[in-house]
Amino acid sequence: MSELQAQASPASNIKRVLLIPLGVFMVLVIILALGFRLEDPHLLPSVLIDRPFPDFQLAELHEPERTITVEDLKGEVALVNVWATWCPNCLVEHPELMRIANEEGVPIYGINYNDDPVKARRWLERHGNAYRFNMMDAEGKLGIDLGIYGAPETFLIDADGVIQFKQVGIVTPELWRQTLKPLIEQLREKS
Amino acid sequence: MSRFLLLLVLGCFQISAQAAIDAYSFDTDEQRDRYNALIDELRCPMCLNTNLAGSDAMIAQDLRREVHRLVVEGQSDEEILDFMYERYGDFILYEPRVTLRTVALWFGPLALLLLALLVGWRMTRGQQAAKELTEEERVKLDVMLSGASQKSSSQESASQESSK
Repeated sequence: MSELQAQASPASNIKRVLLIPLGVFMVLVIILALGFRLEDPHLLPSVLIDRPFPDFQLAELHEPERTITVEDLKGEVALVNVWATWCPNCLVEHPELMRIANEEGVPIYGINYNDDPVKARRWLERHGNAYRFNMMDAEGKLGIDLGIYGAPETFLIDADGVIQFKQVGIVTPELWRQTLKPLIEQLREKS
Repeated sequence: MSRFLLLLVLGCFQISAQAAIDAYSFDTDEQRDRYNALIDELRCPMCLNTNLAGSDAMIAQDLRREVHRLVVEGQSDEEILDFMYERYGDFILYEPRVTLRTVALWFGPLALLLLALLVGWRMTRGQQAAKELTEEERVKLDVMLSGASQKSSSQESASQESSK
């Protein structure tokens, strides 16, 4: 009997050794699953969440003599949308922004990013204006302060102008339902 | 074949290329060198693996202009890197800072190397121990082997006897 056990133990040692690659593989799977979790590596977490919206002074798109500052964004929970006429995805998300502005009663402020004001005004005439007003960021200076690297990008700010959420890419109806709407309701209750 | 090898060798000495040439003026050559070093070191946020110097993306142009402005304004390299880091996070630095999030990136390879050395050391030690027997073990082994042969021969004779 004892001889049988003695024979069995080296065999189980060998089996245990065979399990090592499996263990290494599992660890790799976990690490890679975490590493590639982001579908798009561009979707960086914004460093600006929970920070006040950066200070700026920019001219309004339709009334260039009017200067917009960060104070104009305060007072209400609102969306700040970065858009441009050269950005095809801005056109894709535009119907949803129109719907949010008209049906949900959430003010949307536009940052017309690295764009030509004449083209931008024409674009709004053709596709509808979802914005209370638009800041002209022709040199992308506010864009840099906001850590923007493309368009569209959308920020959710509370009534004190503190950034609560950032969406890189299109604002979809799903994003509205699942993320923006609950967050906005929560923020409105607080204030 | 030799041409291929030459290409391979040249590939090992890759120097960073500057795709974009901006007409920026600087007060001193030192400022120009610092500007060039900074746009070499900062990563274009829009691109996955290009620095600011090598990218023609709009954001890279904007950021180069910003780096130029900050350099001419007299900000230090550290201040400029901080400025970018505050806005774009770890992604913008090709040499990420040591934080809780990047600690695995910095020390993971070292930890793996130490682990490999440890495993290698233990494996070779185990093999050597198995190869060399002490005097005491050799005597024990001899006794066991001779005992086993005696036993088996006595068993054989016993079975022979019973079969008779």
